[in-house]
Order: sequence, then structure tokens, then C-alpha cells
Amino acid sequence: MPSDKIHVRTTLNREATDFLCEANQSLLEVLRDVLYMTGTKEGCNDGNCGACTVNLDGRIVDSCLVLGVEAEGAEVQTIEGVASPEGLHPIQQAFLENAALQCGVCTPGFIVASKALLEREPNPSEYRIRHWLAGNLCRCTGYDKIVRAVVDAAQQMGG
Amino acid sequence: MRPIEYVAPKTVEEAVAALAEKGEAARALAGGTDILVQLRGGRRSLDRIVDVKKIPELNELSFSPQAGLRIGAAVPCHRIYEDEAIAEAYPGVMDAATLIGGIQIQGRASLGGNLCNAAPSGDSIPALIAHHAIAEVAGPGGRRDVPVEDFCTAPGRTVLGPGEFLIALRMPTPPASFGASYLRFIPRNEMDIAVAGAGASVVMDGDTVAACRVALASVAPTPVLAEAAGAALVGKEPTEQALAEAAEAARAASKPISDMRGTAEYRTHLVGVLTTRALRNAIQRAKEA
Repeated sequence: MPSDKIHVRTTLNREATDFLCEANQSLLEVLRDVLYMTGTKEGCNDGNCGACTVNLDGRIVDSCLVLGVEAEGAEVQTIEGVASPEGLHPIQQAFLENAALQCGVCTPGFIVASKALLEREPNPSEYRIRHWLAGNLCRCTGYDKIVRAVVDAAQQMGG
Repeated sequence: MRPIEYVAPKTVEEAVAALAEKGEAARALAGGTDILVQLRGGRRSLDRIVDVKKIPELNELSFSPQAGLRIGAAVPCHRIYEDEAIAEAYPGVMDAATLIGGIQIQGRASLGGNLCNAAPSGDSIPALIAHHAIAEVAGPGGRRDVPVEDFCTAPGRTVLGPGEFLIALRMPTPPASFGASYLRFIPRNEMDIAVAGAGASVVMDGDTVAACRVALASVAPTPVLAEAAGAALVGKEPTEQALAEAAEAARAASKPISDMRGTAEYRTHLVGVLTTRALRNAIQRAKEA
């Protein structure tokens, strides 16, 4: 089998980023094991739990279900790109203030997914929030505090 | 996942050559939401994946009342349901595209991939059949058309031969007074595999059903076109009695297995209920169309 690594050029959190990866490495593995960006979490590794959610060319995807090589030419945003040097993003702040996390493994995925929702729909209903976040699993909070945090964040962001 | 070769051809001809060279050891990659899970879990073993997303034709989504709908095989679900004209004209396809996986999956997964994965539970397949979809296939012998109801041959198996892959799905423009619907039963609200599913389409002539198609998921080795279920309504008003006859025909067309999602008996019951509801929904939409 060919073992030569593949050179991939992406924009990662608004910075041009090149990496080398094997054809069988997922984007999740590239982020964590090649680029050492461990904010994106591995949960189920088969597209059920959403812990590895990243934004790929403006859409949220499970990074375990994208090959690293498929990110060629793409714009990738991870949890590491959500906060600014000035401080936390309003969604992150709302998660803290609403105690919307316990163990925290699902949190980066929820925040990346929620951010994509609020950028698209500034004032979503609770139903819409729950529907949008159906691809993100949390085994600690029972979801209620997560949904309240997203509602709160929408208000803070002027939705 | 064991080592694998990745190629991303830019033309249909290059993709056919890349697939044909490896035969069964190569497979096309579109959204990847099924194939990557299968490769990682050892349920599929390949030497080469052929990423078809760099071929422009596979990303094309076009609709006009004259030409109908053409969905490139790699077009992800979200592009279909975010197109208002398509969502309105093809309500059954719209139902399926909005309930496959969650938002993350819908950002990648394509209806073409759902068809080629050939799961008995493939949610888009009954909806595509209800909409008279044709699969456009390219291969070493050129191009051919396959009606979607003839595409899947067994769980995970399709009519695709060595070197062949799906280019696009084509659907005619629905006539006036057309309605369609796809419904499935799952024990959760989202993110699950259909215990049973039913797609239906109707063309109404006043209060009479002029044409009707019913297709079923998760009740046979492949999604099936239940011709007798559709025929049970044609030429009739959709009374309780007529709908019950269609549901009975759908149950008769079912050959389900018992597994962890449900017994054969349960699935047979469900598919009758879903057929009635999908027909009612399709008829309602036809009246509103």
C-alpha cells in the first residue's frame, strides 16, 4: 500500500494551515494527533454523538466522518477559533453562566454547532434549538441547561 | 482504518478508470457518512477510495419545470432542502433529506450515497421511488439509466458493476395536483434508523386518485415499490376503506426480519400504519398544491 503522506492545504481558524496526513486519517485525527489541537473531542467516532463537530466551509460536520485529505482547500473552524483575544464568545460565556456542562467532553461540539445556528438564525425557538442540536449528545446535563444557554446567548448577541 | 489509497479524479472518465482498475476493492466516496464508518468498523475492506466530489457534474443541483430535477450524486442533503423551489415541488424528497441523520450528517450525506449504500432502511429511497426517480450510472460501457426501484439488489448490494458509479438522480416535474410524503417510525425523535418507513405519492383528479405510488423501507432486503398498494387507490376516492386496502397491500408486500429494532410482526403492523399516514399526507399536499 502507498504510505507517502499527503500534503493538504487548508484555512484553519482563519489562518493558512498546511499539514501532512495519511489517506485513512480522519479530519478529527489530523486535528488532534497531527496538529495537536485537542479542543475537538472524539466521542463515538461514528457520526452519532457530535463531540467532534467542526465547521467546514460554513457547515457543521462530524470531523470523524471527514477524511483529512477532504479538507484540501477548505475553511475549517474548530472550538479553538471561537473565543477572541478579548475574551470568550457569548455562547461560551452563556454555557458557563448557565452551567450547561458537567464533564465537558461534548461541550466543544455543542458550542461549534450552536454558533453555526445563531449565525444563521439569530433568534431560534427552543424547538428549533433542540432540533438543530439533535446530532450532539450529552450524557450529563439532560440538555435543558444547554438549551437555556443557547437561548441566553441568542439574547446576549441581540437576536 | 487500515491504509488505503485516496484518489480524487476531476472527470467521470478518470473516476471510471480508477474504479475499474481495482474492481471490488475500490468504491466511490461522496459524503462519506456511511463508508467511513464501515471502513473503520471493518465491515468493508477497500484498497482505494475514489472521491467523486471533485467532478463538477456530481455537485450539480438543477431544477426547472421543463427539465425536472437533477441531483448530482454527491450533493449533500442540506442543499436540497434549502432550495425552496425544489422543496416545494418534491415534498417526498424534502421529507427524506430533512430527516436523514442530524444537521452534521446533512452537511455531508448525499441522497446518491444513501441509495448506493443500499441499506434496507435507506430513508431517501422510498421517497425517490415515489417521485419516479431514475439513477444515472456511468461505467466502462458508457452511461445507463436505472429506475431507483431496481437499483438495490440486496442489503448493501446494488446493480453497479465493476467500474460503475452513480452520477445523478433525475426526477420528472410532478404534474398538477401532485403530493408526496415520506414517513418513518423510530423510537427517538431524531438521529435513528427506521424500524419501518413508507413513501407515497399521488396525483389527484378532483376527489379521485388518478395515480399513486407507494414504496417501503426496512421491511424487506431492499427498499421496495409496493405496486399493489398504489394500485389499490387508483380510480377511487381515498376513503377509509380504500386507504385500509392500500395499507393491507403494503403489509402483504413486506417480508421483514426480526432484529433488535423490532419483530417482523411489529414491522408489518407499522408499515401499514405508515402507508396510511403517508398517503393521507400526500393527498393533503396534493390538495394544497
